[in-house]
Amino acid sequence: MATDRFQAPDYYLLDDLLTDEQKLVRDTVRAWVKKEVSPIIEDYSQRAEFPKQLIGGLAEIGAFGPYIPQEYGGAGLDQISYGLIMQELERCDSGLRSTASVQSSLVMYPIWKYGNEEQKKKYLPKLATGEMIGCFGLTEPDHGSNPGGMVTHFKDAGSHYILNGAKMWITNAPIADIAVVWAKNEQGRIHGLVVERGMEGFTTPETHGKWSLRASATGELVFNNVKVPKENLLPNKSGLGAPLGCLDSARFGIAWGAIGAAMDCYDSSLRYSKERIQFEVPIASFQLTQKKLAEMITEITKAQFLTWRLGVLRNEGRATTAQISMAKRNNVHMALTIAREARQIHGAMGITGEYSLMRHMMNLESVITYEGTHDVHMLITGMDVTGISAFRNDGK
Amino acid sequence: MKLLVCISKAPDTTSKISFTENNTKFNEAGVQYIINPYDEWYALVRALELKETLGGTVTTITVGKADNEPTIRKALAIGADDAVRIDAEASDALAVAKQIADYVKNNSYDIIFCGKETIDYNGSQVGGMIAELLDLSYVSLASKLEVNGNTATLERDIQGGKEVVETNIPFVVSCAKGMAEARIPNMRGIMAARTKPLQVLPGSEAPKLTEIVAYSLLPEKAGCKFIDAENPGELFQLLHNEAKVI
Ligand SMILES: Cc1cc2nc3c(=O)[nH]c(=O)nc-3n(C[C@H](O)[C@H](O)[C@H](O)COP(=O)(O)OP(=O)(O)OC[C@H]3O[C@@H](n4cnc5c(N)ncnc54)[C@H](O)[C@@H]3O)c2cc1C
Repeated sequence: MATDRFQAPDYYLLDDLLTDEQKLVRDTVRAWVKKEVSPIIEDYSQRAEFPKQLIGGLAEIGAFGPYIPQEYGGAGLDQISYGLIMQELERCDSGLRSTASVQSSLVMYPIWKYGNEEQKKKYLPKLATGEMIGCFGLTEPDHGSNPGGMVTHFKDAGSHYILNGAKMWITNAPIADIAVVWAKNEQGRIHGLVVERGMEGFTTPETHGKWSLRASATGELVFNNVKVPKENLLPNKSGLGAPLGCLDSARFGIAWGAIGAAMDCYDSSLRYSKERIQFEVPIASFQLTQKKLAEMITEITKAQFLTWRLGVLRNEGRATTAQISMAKRNNVHMALTIAREARQIHGAMGITGEYSLMRHMMNLESVITYEGTHDVHMLITGMDVTGISAFRNDGK
Repeated sequence: MKLLVCISKAPDTTSKISFTENNTKFNEAGVQYIINPYDEWYALVRALELKETLGGTVTTITVGKADNEPTIRKALAIGADDAVRIDAEASDALAVAKQIADYVKNNSYDIIFCGKETIDYNGSQVGGMIAELLDLSYVSLASKLEVNGNTATLERDIQGGKEVVETNIPFVVSCAKGMAEARIPNMRGIMAARTKPLQVLPGSEAPKLTEIVAYSLLPEKAGCKFIDAENPGELFQLLHNEAKVI
C-alpha cells in the first residue's frame, strides 16, 4: 500500500470534548498504526494471514484491556479512551480491531467481571501483555443469532467437568492460548469456562476461504470430552446475561471502530477526488461526487457524537444494552455505506490494494454480522421502544 | 548525568495557517499543537538514550503558559522524569533563552538539549543564546552525540561532509535529524506521565528585543506546466519570457 497519508476529520471540533489524556492515547495509537501496521496490512490481508508479530506492539499501546484496572495489568483508562483505541485500529483494519476487541471485551472483561481473584491474577496480566491470546466461544453451527439455544454442554464428573460440543466463527481461535467458552450445565444454565490449549480433546481448526477479515484468524472450537478443572468455571455470573454483558462492552468498541473505518474511506475519497482529473477538472468539482463526500462527513460527524455521548454514559455506568445496540447498528451500517461509496469515487483504483477501501468494505461485511446482526439490533431497538419482542414468531 | 531538554509546542504540520490583527498575529483558532518535532524526535530521545546507558535524569523545560501542558505530558509519557514550566510568555528568542538560563543558574545540568529550530518561526536562536547567557560552549545542528566521561563528541552535517566536534561537559547542543529515532510513547508511559512532577515556576524579568511587524503567506503555488521532451526550445522560451529566470 502507498504511504499512509491519513488525516482525521473533525468537522464539529469533537476534540474539544476529549481530555488531553484521551487525545494522547488516540494519537499514540494513530502514530503506531501508521508506523507499524499500515505498511504491512494489505499484504497480510491479501495472503489471509494474521500478523502475529504485532501482538507485542498492540499490548504496548494498551490495546489489550485498556479499561482493566492496573492491578491486573490493564491501563485503567476510561471508556472513551478504549473507544478511541478501537477507532484508530479499525481505521487501519477491522481485523486488527477484532483481535483487540476480543482480547479486551470478550476474554479479559468476563474474567475481570465474572471471575474470582485467582482467575484474575492467573490470566489478566498475561492477556494484557499479549503473552496469552484469548478467544470467545458463543456462536455454534446451529445457533448464531439465537445463542440461548446452544447445545455445547458440560457435566460434573466429581473432580472436574466434562465438556462436549462445538463453536464456530471464533475470532482468534487458531492462535488462542485460552478460550472463554459458554456452555450449559446439566440443568441447562449457561456458564463461562476457561478452556486452555493443550487440554485433551480440545482442537481449534482454522476457517479458510474468508473474503472478509482476512488479516484476522477465525476458526472453530471443538470439545470432545474435554476435562476442564472445576476452578476454570467463572463463578460470579451465569445465564445468557453473562455472555451478553461481554457483548455490550465489545459492541461499544465496535461502534467506535466503525467510525475509524469510515474516516479512512472518507479521507481517502476527499484526497483522491481533489487529485483525480476527468473532463479537465478534479472529480471533486462534480456535484455527484460532492454529494457523496458531504453525506460521508455528515454521517461520520453524527456517529462521532452518538458514540462520544455513549462513552460518557458508559463512564457513568448508565449506558443501556439497547443504547449500545443502536450505536453498533448505526455506525457499522454508516461505515459500510461509506466504504461502498468511497470505492466508487476511486473508480477502478478503488478495487485494488493500493487503497484500503475494498478491504474496509469486505471487512465491514463481517462487522455488520457479528456481535448481533444489523437486523437483530433493529429488533433490540424495536423491542426497547415498544416493549414487545419480535424475535420469535412461533408464539413461544 | 543531569540532562535538560528544552521543549516547545508547534502547530501540527497539517494546520491551516492564517493571521489576524492586520497580519501581525498568528491565528490559533482550530490549530492543534504538537511537540516541536526537533525537540521530541531528536533532543528528547537522545537525552533518554544517554540516560538509559549512562544513568541520570531527564528534565524537560518549557517557557510558556498552561496551554503547553498537553505537550509537556506527552514528553513525560515518552520518558522524561520530570518537567518544569516557566510561566511566562514565550515572546521572543531572547526572552525564552533568558528564562531558561536563569533556571539553569540555580539548577545545574550537564547537557542542555534544544531542537535545531521550532517548526513555527524557525528562529534557531534559543540554544546559542542560552549558551551565551550561561557562558557555556554551544554546538549547533548536531546529528550525533556521544559522551565519554567528561567529554562529548558531536557530529555536524556541513556542506559536502561532516564535522566532528569535541567539547567538555557542561554544554548546550541543538539537535538535528540523525541524532536519534522518534519514539512512540507506550501505555505504561502514558499512565506514568499522570503522576510525574510538573513544576510551574514564575518567570523572571526578561527583555524583549524584537517585535513582529507583519506576517505574509507564500504566494499560491502555480500549476505545473508540461513540455514535450521533443521541444526544448519551448522550455527555453518559457524560462526566459515567462519565469524570467534565464
Ligand atoms: C468473521 C467473524 C468472526 C466472528 N467471531 C465470533 C467470535 O469470536 N465469537 C463468537 O461467538 N461468534 C463469532 N462470530 C459469529 C457471529 O456472532 C454470528 O455470525 C452472528 O451472531 C450471526 O449468526 P449466524 O451467522 O449464525 O447468522 P443467523 O443467526 O443464521 O442469521 C442469518 C440471517 O437471519 C437473520 N435473523 C436471524 N434471526 C432473526 C430474527 N429473529 N428476526 C429477523 N432476522 C433474523 C439475521 O439477521 C441474518 O440476516 C463471528 C462471525 C464472523 C463472520
